[in-house]
Amino acid sequence: MSTVGATVPMADMTASQPAAERRARRRMLPLVAPAVGVLLVWMIVPLVLTLWFSVQRYNLLNPALHGFAGIENYQYLVTDPDFWASLVNTLVLVGAVLVVTVGGGTLLAVLFDQPFAGKGIARVLAISPFFVMPTVSALVWKNLMLHPIYGIAGFLWRLVGLSPVDWFATFPLASVIAIVSWEWLPFALLILLTAVQSLDHSQIEAARLDGASFVQQFRYIMLPHLSRAISVVIMIETIFLLTVFAEIFVTTSGGPGNATTNLAFLIYARALLQFDVGGASAGGMVAIVLANIVAFFLVRSIGRRMDI
Amino acid sequence: MATLSLRGVRKSYLAGTETIKGIDLDVADREFVVFVGPSGCGKSTLLRMIAGLEDITAGDLLIDGTRVNDVDPASRGLAMVFQSYALYPHMTVADNMGFALKLAGRPKAERDAKVAEAARILQLEPVLTQRPRSLSGGQRQRVAIGRAIVRQPRVFLFDEPLSNLDAALRGQMRVELLRLHEELAATMIYVTHDQVEAMTMADKIVVLHAGRVEQVGSPMELYNHPANLFVAGFIGSPRMNLLPGTVGAAAPGGTVPVTLAGGVTVSVRPAQVLAPGSSVTLGIRPEALRQAADGPFSGAALLVERLGGMTLVHVTLESGETLVAQADGNDPIRAHDVIRLAVDPSVCHLFAANGLVLSQAEPPQAKPGDLHDLDAMPSLARA
Ligand SMILES: Nc1ncnc2c1ncn2[C@@H]1O[C@H](COP(=O)(O)OP(=O)(O)OP(=O)(O)O)[C@@H](O)[C@H]1O
Ligand SMILES: [Mg+2]
Repeated sequence: MSTVGATVPMADMTASQPAAERRARRRMLPLVAPAVGVLLVWMIVPLVLTLWFSVQRYNLLNPALHGFAGIENYQYLVTDPDFWASLVNTLVLVGAVLVVTVGGGTLLAVLFDQPFAGKGIARVLAISPFFVMPTVSALVWKNLMLHPIYGIAGFLWRLVGLSPVDWFATFPLASVIAIVSWEWLPFALLILLTAVQSLDHSQIEAARLDGASFVQQFRYIMLPHLSRAISVVIMIETIFLLTVFAEIFVTTSGGPGNATTNLAFLIYARALLQFDVGGASAGGMVAIVLANIVAFFLVRSIGRRMDI
Repeated sequence: MATLSLRGVRKSYLAGTETIKGIDLDVADREFVVFVGPSGCGKSTLLRMIAGLEDITAGDLLIDGTRVNDVDPASRGLAMVFQSYALYPHMTVADNMGFALKLAGRPKAERDAKVAEAARILQLEPVLTQRPRSLSGGQRQRVAIGRAIVRQPRVFLFDEPLSNLDAALRGQMRVELLRLHEELAATMIYVTHDQVEAMTMADKIVVLHAGRVEQVGSPMELYNHPANLFVAGFIGSPRMNLLPGTVGAAAPGGTVPVTLAGGVTVSVRPAQVLAPGSSVTLGIRPEALRQAADGPFSGAALLVERLGGMTLVHVTLESGETLVAQADGNDPIRAHDVIRLAVDPSVCHLFAANGLVLSQAEPPQAKPGDLHDLDAMPSLARA
């Protein structure tokens, strides 16, 4: 509401006096220049360095081998089956976690908005995983939850007479997805819950009078109302999920084989296990391009959502 | 055909405290009923109970003679217009209005026809494809009404639908709602805290106070014959002047002198015998007070409100009380002028200490000229 109120008069102003607007912008330039400059340096320096390393022969184990490599590093990268596997793993991981957290978060948000006994405590419990650092939660999942011998899952399996599953060996990627989803579900819940609570309750009442069932109220009133918050959750989560590392490092180390190697882990492995800085930088460039493609579509779709 | 009856309807949100304390009411077919009362008296609660948005704690709600306490809101055949409009922000105006029909699974052609018809009645055709946020307040209000019309409900419920609009638009929408009532020949229940809206729109006013019905009647019945002090003070703008007084010994001819705090005595003709010495409250409408050289009330004009057609004079009496008197629009009176006021005792209201009315005022005779004939005012004595 407020955004519309603010943009309409501004649009009028630019239309009626573009010259004055331009002059005002020019006067503002020196004032914003330091901030913009710092941000630019902050972003540009690492980017250029990565770009530079990605076209260098640069292996820490073999200092004799150096010099300009051209696109060799990239060639090596795209012909490496690990790379494509890691790309697929990255996308599967991001996609699956998004589905679980946004879907589960929306349902939980609607549930937590209903009155029930012990709501305050339940909310705190539901949100607390977000405050556990990734390394710790990965360790907890690895040793306390999913461990075939000491884990709770194994205990439950034995309880019903099944033989326990070694989750990280049998379903490695799914297990990592479970851990990361567990960490990010509270975030989605938090954002979506505030959005649910901001819904004007009389809209739901109007829908009830119009004959909407609970599912229809959700579908036609709640979901459109949440769409903006959902886009925000998707955008923020995507940015962080593209770089999931600690969980993989702690639990599977990218394995078995390359089953849980995502782009971030691949870059790590290239740079610090194989000491191939050039190859790692090439992977980094791919990650940057990938992130930007995703960001472009997300920002566009959210931008459209914002001015409904 | 839609009638509505409430039988001993009660509501408690929290155990032990009642918000609605037993309401009996009948709404006839095609009647325009207004619930009016101060903030927090339970108007919205009552309306929401009728709509089915709140459970009825005790009592029966009958629509067309059928008990509907446990019928879900959509099946009661009612439509409600909310104070906040409650439009669906992500749907166009047409979709907003057609939503109920869409949920009911009606074919698109029928939906479009009904939406177009409602849009015609409400002059919303140019904005059908817009979203609510790009509409003005009055247009949003009309969309909310259109959403109700499209459903062809048995009863329309309005919860303070005009309170978010500015004064000019409110006046205009008031007229439009009345036109709509005429055109749709529908039963309507309308909640407001604005007694002007109640007076101008209602066939029947229900005055609510603290969860109880204080009085039910047509606007003029309530104006001329308020049943108690609350209704007397609530209905009518400017407010009725309420002056505490003491009953004196009955005079021959059935009149009883009431001595007010400032020593002024007004003779009234009560409908029942009054014990001398009992304390009462005398109610005088501002238009029943006239300037007269020999009037019993005298005081300085504290404030002169010029409304154009009439002038309201706030007079501080010698006894310290303030009276509001209505004068002509062109009355030359100025602030701080000392004036005398006379009153027609036949249009005074007398209330007992428990707030109930003792003597009912006669409705003023509509004889032109009579109103300004101050000399014709009978026995006023100064003690
Ligand atoms: N959901 C609720 N839970 C508890 N108490 C409530 C609830 N809704 C209303 N009340 C109480 O019921 C009383 C009547 O409220 P209601 O909304 O019906 O007043 P109203 O006459 O519509 O007032 P207004 O003119 O301000 O809208 C108030 O004292 C309010 O505190
Ligand atoms: Mg209300």
